[in-house]
Amino acid sequence: MASAASTSTIPVSSEEAAPEAVVVRFAGDSGDGMQLTGGQFTLSTALAGNDLATFPDFPAEIRAPQGTLFGVSAFQINFGSSEITTAGDAPDILIAMNPAALKTNVVDLKPGGLIIADTGEFNDRNLAKAKYESNPLEDGSLARWQVLAFDISALTLESVKPFGLGNKEALRSKNMWTLGLALWMFDRSRQPIIDWLKAKFAKAPEIADANIAALNAGHAYGETAELAAPLKQLHVAPAPAPEGLYRTVTGAEAISLGLVAGAQLANLPMFFGGYPITPASAILHHLSRLKEYGVTTFQAEDEIAAIASTIGASYAGSLGVTSSSGPGIALKGEAMGLAIMTELPLVIVNSQRGGPSTGLPTKTEQSDLYQAVYGRNGDAPMPVIAARSPADAFDCAIEACRIAIEYMTPVMLLTDGYIANAAEPWKVPDMSGYAPFPVKFLEAVPEGGLKPYSRNEKLARPWIKPGTPDLMHRIGGIEKEVNTGHINYAPANHQAMTELRRDKVLGIAKGLRQEVSLGEESGKLVVVGWGSTYGPIHQAVRRARRKGLDVSHVHIRHIWPLPENLGELLKAYEMILVPEMNTGQLKTVLRDQYLVDARPLNKISGQPFRIAEIEAAIEGMLA
Amino acid sequence: MNDMTTLTKPRVETSLKDWETDQEVRWCPGCGDYAILKAVQRTLPQLGADPKNTVFVSGIGCSSRFPYYVESYGFHTIHGRAPAVATGVKLANPELDVWIVTGDGDGLSIGGNHTMHILRRNLDCQILLFNNEIYGLTKGQYSPTSREGTKSPSTPFGSVDHPARPCAFALGSGARFIARAYDVSKQLPDVLKAAYEHKGAAFVEIFQNCIVYNKDVFADFTEKKNADVGQLWVENGKPLLFDKGAKGIALDREALTLKVVDVVDGDWQAADVIVHDVTNRAVAHMLVEMPFGLFPMALGVLYDAPKASFEEAVVEQNAQLAKGKTPDLQKLVSQGQTWTVTKDGPAL
Repeated sequence: MASAASTSTIPVSSEEAAPEAVVVRFAGDSGDGMQLTGGQFTLSTALAGNDLATFPDFPAEIRAPQGTLFGVSAFQINFGSSEITTAGDAPDILIAMNPAALKTNVVDLKPGGLIIADTGEFNDRNLAKAKYESNPLEDGSLARWQVLAFDISALTLESVKPFGLGNKEALRSKNMWTLGLALWMFDRSRQPIIDWLKAKFAKAPEIADANIAALNAGHAYGETAELAAPLKQLHVAPAPAPEGLYRTVTGAEAISLGLVAGAQLANLPMFFGGYPITPASAILHHLSRLKEYGVTTFQAEDEIAAIASTIGASYAGSLGVTSSSGPGIALKGEAMGLAIMTELPLVIVNSQRGGPSTGLPTKTEQSDLYQAVYGRNGDAPMPVIAARSPADAFDCAIEACRIAIEYMTPVMLLTDGYIANAAEPWKVPDMSGYAPFPVKFLEAVPEGGLKPYSRNEKLARPWIKPGTPDLMHRIGGIEKEVNTGHINYAPANHQAMTELRRDKVLGIAKGLRQEVSLGEESGKLVVVGWGSTYGPIHQAVRRARRKGLDVSHVHIRHIWPLPENLGELLKAYEMILVPEMNTGQLKTVLRDQYLVDARPLNKISGQPFRIAEIEAAIEGMLA
Repeated sequence: MNDMTTLTKPRVETSLKDWETDQEVRWCPGCGDYAILKAVQRTLPQLGADPKNTVFVSGIGCSSRFPYYVESYGFHTIHGRAPAVATGVKLANPELDVWIVTGDGDGLSIGGNHTMHILRRNLDCQILLFNNEIYGLTKGQYSPTSREGTKSPSTPFGSVDHPARPCAFALGSGARFIARAYDVSKQLPDVLKAAYEHKGAAFVEIFQNCIVYNKDVFADFTEKKNADVGQLWVENGKPLLFDKGAKGIALDREALTLKVVDVVDGDWQAADVIVHDVTNRAVAHMLVEMPFGLFPMALGVLYDAPKASFEEAVVEQNAQLAKGKTPDLQKLVSQGQTWTVTKDGPAL
């Protein structure tokens, strides 16, 4: 979270009476409503004044067979009384709704952590599906942890009895019962959840009532039942936060809002061409509801049509935006080249996921950096920006729009599955603080005649909308003649145009200064990151510095072109460590650009870095 | 067909010269594309079209060089994607007249998917598909419309796959306007006019003679000596007659197909010749499926039954949903699950 500015340590064991931070993971079958439970728990956490970060982790299958290991859906939240920037390394509390959820998640639980399990689901059939030979709740295999097991299913059925629901329907309220218990554990108000249930099920009040009854029953269970010692109320003090209006925001929401804001600041209608793909679809969904902001959304027949239509719309005077994930971005490659050649503004959002090919659709990775910077035929330079968190994605989206328009170029905005889905508290920005960058179309024949490929001081060509009198001209993907834009294959012209396209994009770096996120502007070690590794790097560097280690953190937003002072800055440190969720892509770019000995730290498991993993690498290098 | 189009768009006086660019035309001497270009440049003034509001969008291939030669706005895009680019152009500015120029390879092979969807959605535009049954710009490989047995550099022993039929494909995709002509046919301007006046996607297949790689492949019906028996020019409300009225097309009621019938003394009624109804989709299907040889080539406006166009529907829905709502960025970013932090802590 960007807003809370306090400095203190993160990890606190669950044994403490007033922990500074707690990590809770809800895990269940993909039909158990874990994401919903997590989302509502997040709201209550935010309202309690804690800083927080979340990590939804769900399978690619929509309704995987019930009870299976691959059908487990989990939601992790880290919340505390000081600044939180990651979803937490290891949970303090695991709520396991079935044996499969226990099996796939318990390995992450901190030693001595608490397991809350629904015994109603630990029957022979589900144990077999989870490949347990004996019941772990009874065979002593969970001895490293504290276990609290009771029949949540039966308790839920009991609580919703008055509403006359069928067994299957009634059991759907299990997640609300569990949420009720969790709210009690952390002394949270139920009212916001009750209000939300009433609104959500306004057309089926009996369902709303049943869920509210389950929620209340779970809460009451914690309050009144004589439970074993592990279950006790924990008070996590609020994190200090500046006064103002807050909301939770996911990366997908923040990007959508940022794009709308960018188009509005440019005084342009927005055209969004998209094709459904995980985890990028949420942006299409959000934008398709914002017609009053001059947004036209178009679900195209494929990824190529999505970007091609967007190029057409930009040509006709809208701000064209398209969005996808790795495989779809690959399909868009040729069209990006067209936008580069025709020098039209375009924003391409890439919510990265594990690859190659279909890869890991619902898991996160940062492995499209090469694709973003280099992944087109020909010398095809394109600016690339990477968001570091859900809230940061808002400003990044505005920045992408600004660069696209001011430099007449496609821009790629990189985010990833983690940022897209994760939520964090966001201090609602004051929009009057954003300087507009209104577009000036060319509307009359300039002195010296019409030259569609003439250039301004930024080397940008004029934007001319069809419909403008006297400025008819033709553009296309064939090499353009300098100034006139006519077809021209001459050797000297191609060299000149290639250099112009390169210099235009490199020119964006002018005035871009790379700041140090944490630490000094020189020293022994700098940890350089980009994108969603911000949280774990930030915390790891902070911890290492508290131990007295000479380490700083630099986090790069402008991946291409890189900020003009970056080379100089990196050379001021003795060693450079680059943690990435790929096999070392930024590392390679930094080595290439600055001839520095950037060392990789790679994680390619589809899971975000843990703070401890980066901390260990820092200590290793400084040992 | 549709009066709305012609009524709402102000006519602009232009001449053929106004539609010519200063660019040297780079097609092979004798290429059928020259005739099509002239026909388009001759038709645009007759339509009262406005150069500043006209956009020609093309893909890749010989035909797709077309926009460079028309003095209007033009966009030479990438292979097969012209319909998708055109969709963005038209949605961003529905006032523009959008013409798509494509070929059999561009529009039916690499871009077949986009051709299908632009027709299904019914975007208001004219799609001119130049069909020469060959890949010209890549030097003569067989195309998806090449007939079986076509010998080409990539099929030296003759192609073995079945060709696509552009008009049947278009109709099957949901097109509401289907027309057919050939490069040098004198009726081409009339066909183009009808396509322009149709509100919605108008699909026009134009047989085009590639004199270098597939010369005279349509001569069986385009050559003067074959025209009478080889061409059936359809006209709304008129009987389907050819061979100077000596033959007609009737319905074989038993087989539910068309048949060629002799017309004696001009009495086509007696021969049960079908009267062309451009709105009859079933007959249109049969006309575009007629095997040439057993039947003449059906030319002219084969089907024309307008339906609400895509961009109209989008604009209308957008306007309806935006009605009464004022865009307010501050309000927008403040939506969702919010709370306020004061010096006393957070509250809803």
